[in-house]
Amino acid sequence: MSIEVMLNAAGLAFIVAGARWGQADGQVMFFFILAVAASEVAVGLALVLRMHRQYETLDADALSEMKG
Amino acid sequence: MLTSFYIAGAVAVAATLLMVMSPNAVHALLYLIVSLLAVALLFYFLGAPFVAALEVIVYAGAIMVLFIFVVMMLNLGRQATERERHWLRPSVWIGPSILAAILVGEVVYLLGRAGLPTPGVEQIDPKAVGKVLFGPYLIGVELASFLLMGALVGAYHLGWRRPKLEMHDDVYSRAARTPSGGAPLHRRADRPVGPA
Repeated sequence: MSIEVMLNAAGLAFIVAGARWGQADGQVMFFFILAVAASEVAVGLALVLRMHRQYETLDADALSEMKG
Repeated sequence: MLTSFYIAGAVAVAATLLMVMSPNAVHALLYLIVSLLAVALLFYFLGAPFVAALEVIVYAGAIMVLFIFVVMMLNLGRQATERERHWLRPSVWIGPSILAAILVGEVVYLLGRAGLPTPGVEQIDPKAVGKVLFGPYLIGVELASFLLMGALVGAYHLGWRRPKLEMHDDVYSRAARTPSGGAPLHRRADRPVGPA
């Protein structure tokens, strides 16, 4: 969710820059940010679902099997 | 016009702050939706109506529905109904409702003065955006489609429930059952699998 907010802020910055200079490039960049956000959400939520199914917890600290 | 821009910005900041500080996922989602709508209104004020519509449809529509769907789905089972009722009790709705009501007021105000040109900023219509998007940025569009395709396949792969395999022995039993896997792997007793 916080990543969503950050990506949204980046998109807002692009739009503001595009509006400042009257260029459409800012909005194009916002489309790309939108695509990145959508794919990131899809993969992230699939990971969360998988974790919930496999470990029945959502605590990231529980995933400590892989000792580095 | 400028005041309404700043009001929308203040609503966006307030909603985002409340979202980050909210200890509960569902409450945070409610505030996040309001924040996204406020940002969409900001885009409209900045002369990007197409992006504003896209923000509402894709972000506040699709992505947030996905979030809410997963959050609600992960709570199946014990006392889930009670907890959801507790989450969505009426007092929770007050904060997002007030912020959303401010936004609705601004939209009504905007509709009232529709047709008047926005002072200060120039409108960039969707036609210009499309020309730039499919002109110099065509490679970027293709790369974005790669990314979405990869995300689709990845999400499908991660969300795929393997048939007839036990949950906690997933990795081990799969390695043992593959025909090319050689000697079956044995679970080590000293390493706990699953919730510790």
